Amino acid sequence: MDFLLSIVTFLPLTAALILVAGLRGDDAAAQVNAKRLALAATVSTFFISLFVLLEFDPGDTGFQLVEEREWLLGLTYKIGVDGISILFVLLTTFLMPLVIAACWDVTHRVKEYMIALLVLETLMIGVFVALDLVLFYLFFEAGLIPMFLIIGIWGGKNRIYASFKFFLYTFLGSVLMLVAMVAMYVDAGTTDIPTLLNHRFDAEPINLFGWQIAGGSQMFLWLAFFASFAVKMPMWPVHTWLPDAHVQAPTAGSVVLAAILLKMGGYGFLRFSLPMFPIASDIMAPMVLWFSVIAIVYTSLVAMVQEDMKKLIAYSSVAHMGFVTMGIFAANQQGVDGAIFQMISHGFISGALFLCVGVIYDRMHTRDIDAYGGLVTRMPAYAAVFMLFTLANVGLPGTSGFVGEFLTLIGVFQVSTWIGVLAATGVILSAGYALWLYRRVVFGDLIKESLKSITDMTMRERAIFAPLIVMTLLLGVYPSLVIEVVGPSVKALLTQYDTALAAHPPHDAVAASH
Amino acid sequence: MIGADLGILIPEIVLSLYALGGLLVAVYISGDRLAGTLTQVTAALFVVMALYIGVTPDGTRDAFGGMVIDDGFARFAKIMILLSTAAVLLISQDFMAKSDLLRFEYPMLIALATVGMMMMVSSGDLIVLYMGLELQSLSLYVIAALRRESVRSTEAGLKYFILGALSSGLLLYGASLVYGYAGTTLFSGIIAAAGDGKVELGLLFGLVFLLAGLAFKVSAAPFHMWTPDVYEGAPTPVTAVFATAPKVAAMVLFARVVHDAFGGVVGDWQQVVAFLAVGSMFLGAIAAIGQTDIKRLMAYSSISHMGFALMGLSAGTEQGVSAMLIYMAIYVTMNIGTFAFILSMEKDGRHVTGISSLNNFALKEPMKALALLILMFSLAGVPPLVGFFGKYAVLLAAVDAGLVWLAVAGVIASVIGAFYYLRIVYFMYFGTNEDGLDGQMNVLPWVGLMASAGIMLLGVLNLFGIDGLAQAAAATLIR
Repeated sequence: MDFLLSIVTFLPLTAALILVAGLRGDDAAAQVNAKRLALAATVSTFFISLFVLLEFDPGDTGFQLVEEREWLLGLTYKIGVDGISILFVLLTTFLMPLVIAACWDVTHRVKEYMIALLVLETLMIGVFVALDLVLFYLFFEAGLIPMFLIIGIWGGKNRIYASFKFFLYTFLGSVLMLVAMVAMYVDAGTTDIPTLLNHRFDAEPINLFGWQIAGGSQMFLWLAFFASFAVKMPMWPVHTWLPDAHVQAPTAGSVVLAAILLKMGGYGFLRFSLPMFPIASDIMAPMVLWFSVIAIVYTSLVAMVQEDMKKLIAYSSVAHMGFVTMGIFAANQQGVDGAIFQMISHGFISGALFLCVGVIYDRMHTRDIDAYGGLVTRMPAYAAVFMLFTLANVGLPGTSGFVGEFLTLIGVFQVSTWIGVLAATGVILSAGYALWLYRRVVFGDLIKESLKSITDMTMRERAIFAPLIVMTLLLGVYPSLVIEVVGPSVKALLTQYDTALAAHPPHDAVAASH
Repeated sequence: MIGADLGILIPEIVLSLYALGGLLVAVYISGDRLAGTLTQVTAALFVVMALYIGVTPDGTRDAFGGMVIDDGFARFAKIMILLSTAAVLLISQDFMAKSDLLRFEYPMLIALATVGMMMMVSSGDLIVLYMGLELQSLSLYVIAALRRESVRSTEAGLKYFILGALSSGLLLYGASLVYGYAGTTLFSGIIAAAGDGKVELGLLFGLVFLLAGLAFKVSAAPFHMWTPDVYEGAPTPVTAVFATAPKVAAMVLFARVVHDAFGGVVGDWQQVVAFLAVGSMFLGAIAAIGQTDIKRLMAYSSISHMGFALMGLSAGTEQGVSAMLIYMAIYVTMNIGTFAFILSMEKDGRHVTGISSLNNFALKEPMKALALLILMFSLAGVPPLVGFFGKYAVLLAAVDAGLVWLAVAGVIASVIGAFYYLRIVYFMYFGTNEDGLDGQMNVLPWVGLMASAGIMLLGVLNLFGIDGLAQAAAATLIR
């Protein structure tokens, strides 16, 4: 199959175009048809993406299933996957049917909702398979449009503010990356990512207005990419758009945002920052590690005092993304493996947690923690599911949450004990806020009048959670599923990274000689 | 030889004769009844002339001793001008009829202005440049005040005239200085006098005055002041004309002057153009935020877009010129679509231009709202829409020429500018108020809107080959 990846990428878009063609008419039948079409498209995308996994050879560290075609302005349409990106593609195709199913009860502008979600799926897959700088940027940035609409149209009370903040914040981050990409094109003469991975960008220190910039032009490029990915991740201190966006977004929007969109930042670090700007990455790694630790500890503490369930989970996402950046910039096998594992696992867990909030929000139309209590008496199945994902979020051994955190901590201990120790406290703090949230919502006496008639999960909701439960436990007890796919590519990446560092004198020595 | 010279100018001659003949005939038979037909005939004639120019064999030809140049660059610009003017005429005819503005002078003056624009892009001499510019400007001054009984419209016309006259004065002064120091008005002579980086102070002064006059015509900051008022005051179809072809003509003329006459001293004008670019991008982006009238908003938006086009030009390279041409082609297409929509904005039978009247538009007209959404994101330069590729091309040209700071400034301005495009989307999609537009859209504006949005969306496949054409055109300018 020569076009396998293209089919996976553009199948959802095709379904969206079919929906656009019949945009008029919003009666109940049309709504159900729109949902069915969207579900069918996402499910078939998932099954086709399994063929990508079958065709994929983990032992080969290069790019596979590559498609290349002439595009415009001297660019190429080039896509392909390697060990780092393939799992993100699968994560996306796996989650999207669940997201569509989760918004089955939506009745407001259903067709447009489905169109936005389908377009978003194409764009998200595109980010992970793009092998051309500008193509990557195109997918990366275009995702803002449907997400802006999802938050703005179907969001909560303060959705306008949140949608504008989301759009402008992330747009500002990524336009700087665009300039950096243009500069890379001018320097290397190509936008082909595999070629750029082997291109050495100049790292000689630059003297700028009397300031010695270690890392030279690599440093500027690194910073421009960092501006984009750090906002997307999001890293402390540029994370403030995330709680707003999460709280205001509808359930499906929150799931997509937490489970997939945030991973683009981490993926970007692995695809661009580390391999293309190794010298600058090495210089800036301590800063990133400290930012990550601050994110882990600080946002965990912030999560503890939240009144709003979604906001609490949003802050917990920031903390967990802290482990990811920490693992990536530890720049060793365990750290990077763990970071990717953490991203995949967080995709399932945070998605499931937002779905859990969605379940009771659909019934009670409030996300205030105080409005709940004692749900276990009327919703035993819900309590069990919520318990599982709360514990997975904490990082209980046996769930996938544990493996990612453990590996990243091993990775970072090899770099700096202090950072490792501080980051490990984050695990304890996460147990604090997550279990406390669980106690307040699920346990206690059912005294609130409004909750007396609440019903347990429907079959549809149970069916949505089932695959997530399976994946969380499966990856928890058998992490090799991920590590074996990811490992060889990560190893190749790190070998290249270390070679580049070895070829370049340590920056301390350079600084001293001036 | 005169025959060969005239042969090069056939499209201009045909259009001039058509305009003069049309005026005469229409005056004698009280031609306002014919105005609708004349508009269509004019548009058709524009398309025919564009086709004629399109099939003209390649190569550079001079007429009248180099005073008129017919090269690939001029032909690319002429086709762009003719087609966009034809499109604007067609989308606006219905509006003109409805608001009792359908006079025969309108298509005739547009035809004359178009001849002026075609002379501008072909000029190889300062005198020809000035003649073309004035023919265009005088026609446009009149149509800005087309709605005679409206104070706003006459004010717009007067404002445009006075400030336009001032800028023409600046330009003439610059031209006279250039003539004084170069000893010739021919571009080919000026480039010989100003070549190899040796440029006399007087010539430099002349260059700066010329640039100031041209900056006024492209409405680049700080010579932009007339734009919002004229855009707002003029009847909407006239605004649509202002926003499209004259901008292309002026920008192309800009490129022609700096490269054909001053191509040897890029360093001397690069700074000026870069300054104009930064100023326009930021002014357009920031000043548009507070606007409540969509026509004023589009005025600031066009200022900002001219800044980006100038960024491409400031690179001073072939790549820069080609980026500018791509940018202008995309800009014109987006503006035709947007103005096709603005022309149809109606409430209780009256034309409205307030942004808030778009409230909740997406619920009533999902297709049109989607088309406008695409245009807005394209204007903001968000991928995968074609507007992004225009920005990408100029950024590439600027960085390639070492103007990284300019590229960084440009993208930051584009983020600020994104806000007001998002605001239009916000009104259309996020609004809750039921009180909004209720007008129907006629066929031609509808086609204009949908075609423009479709191009913005489908252009991601291959830009319809415009990049290759622009590159070839730019190559003929930079020899």
